[in-house]
Amino acid sequence: MKVRQISIFLENRSGRLASVLKEVGRAGVNIRALSLADTSDFGILRLIVDDVDKCVKALKDNGHTVSLTEVLAVEVPDHPGGLAGILDVLSGAGLNVEYMYAFVCRATEKAVVVFRFEDSNAALAALKKAGISILPAETVYTL
Amino acid sequence: MFNPQAEAMPVAELRKLQGQRLRDLVERAYGHVPFYRARMQEKGVKPEDIRSIDDLARLPFITKADFRDQYPFGMFAVPHREIVRIHASSGTTGKPTVVGYTRNDIENWAECAARSLACGGATADDTVQVAYGYGLFTGGLGMHYGAEKLGAAALPMSAGNTEKQIMLMKDFGVTVLCCTPSYALQVAEVAAQMGVDLMKLPLKSGNFGAEPWTEAMRKHIEELLPLKALDIYGLSEVAGPGVANECLEQNGLHVFEDHFYPEIIDPATGDPLPDGQKGELVFTCLTKEGVPLIRYRTRDITMLMADGPCPCGRTGRRIKRLMGRTDDMLIIRGINVFPSQVEDVLVRIEGVHPQYLIIVDRQGNLDTMEIKVEVTESLFSDEVRKLEALRDKIHHQIKAMLNVSAKITLVEPKTIERTLGKAKRVQDLRKLT
Ligand SMILES: [Zn+2]
Repeated sequence: MKVRQISIFLENRSGRLASVLKEVGRAGVNIRALSLADTSDFGILRLIVDDVDKCVKALKDNGHTVSLTEVLAVEVPDHPGGLAGILDVLSGAGLNVEYMYAFVCRATEKAVVVFRFEDSNAALAALKKAGISILPAETVYTL
Repeated sequence: MFNPQAEAMPVAELRKLQGQRLRDLVERAYGHVPFYRARMQEKGVKPEDIRSIDDLARLPFITKADFRDQYPFGMFAVPHREIVRIHASSGTTGKPTVVGYTRNDIENWAECAARSLACGGATADDTVQVAYGYGLFTGGLGMHYGAEKLGAAALPMSAGNTEKQIMLMKDFGVTVLCCTPSYALQVAEVAAQMGVDLMKLPLKSGNFGAEPWTEAMRKHIEELLPLKALDIYGLSEVAGPGVANECLEQNGLHVFEDHFYPEIIDPATGDPLPDGQKGELVFTCLTKEGVPLIRYRTRDITMLMADGPCPCGRTGRRIKRLMGRTDDMLIIRGINVFPSQVEDVLVRIEGVHPQYLIIVDRQGNLDTMEIKVEVTESLFSDEVRKLEALRDKIHHQIKAMLNVSAKITLVEPKTIERTLGKAKRVQDLRKLT
């Protein structure tokens, strides 16, 4: 259930993002989802890819500081208030979201939200209990 | 203690003795060395102005450059027939600094080297392996004479030929080792290759110096060799090894103050600093005849410790392990900053040695300091607020340590320029012309 996400430290200089993405492409790795959190000085690029190990190796070989994080990918029900319902479940269970980002799945055209929790095991249990569908990691890598 | 009367002399008595000796020293220097006379006249000080040790600060400083300008014998205060030995320090730039010793100078130096050995518990019963270089460098002969003065058996190995050093160390039952700390580690490494278990040897103490080293290195040496690793300080302009040495407390180096008077000054202004404050170490050699030395700036950064008397009973003040050289010092908004302090903060935060670069600039009339820190995996977090917290923590600790506010910038690995594998630590962009 848990998805392995790659995080990369970036300086906030022009061209840094493009250069990292080029390295990933050159390694023959496909990006499934991407998010960039940035401040005035630096940014953190978060990637979900089809081949995590290959991607990490390529980035490290190019001298980047990289870490792996476990995240959960949740399919958002296709009706108004779908995401709000999920957030209600989480706050009801007292779970902290460190960050989240969304993308649209090409095959199903459904919205998928990636969550990073302080305690991903507890989040997994709470979401399952509420009957919310969590995408298996394999599905996310091959979206 | 080798000489309890001198080493544990009550402080008031010691200051009185220092005052008497300073008066004699100034008279000798003024009377016999034209360089000193000219310098004192420039400053408007006469020998009779110096009555006690408290008058020392009225005298001018001398530097290594002054020494070099007097090459070869301009600093000598006695006729050549009274000189019995000449040493010279390696000059990385140009001429070396030359020091001549009278018979009394050699005697006093040997006495202080003997005290240094006795700091580790050495006595006439010991065998002292001297693995400092013998030659113009003072390390080898200094410790050799100290060992003989102590009545111990001196084993004059000089540096190098490590396998033979280890063979004799084992076969002769050596108990005291004198060498650089890095050589002690090399001895341990080679011994392991030879299959010699150093931990079974009767070694008990080591006087290690002549290069900067750390507490971590001390711990490492003491794990590999069955001895107390003690820091020894000396420099050829002052005498040689044996100016100061740690006692078994391993908490600062006792200066043998009846011969060498230490001061700590602000390297920028030359003002004397109180005990407990960090600055440049300055020595006056109270008893030196061949080459009198008054207020010699060593360029070494340390402090005189202010934590009360040492339990060992010695009354000579202690200097801390050397913290750096004035050559590395930056003055930012009038505050002295050493790259080593920045490094200390970074190491304490993460326990690793991150790469960093200090960039000093001037905006308007104000100096600015920026510290770039490469984000390694141990520092990196996937969350923005944790990285911001790291940045703020570095900022606060730098501010607390240096009293200077620095902009901290987290940068990608390998972006700080390295020359010959070593990272450049400082970039000073100020144009102070
Ligand atoms: Zn002591």
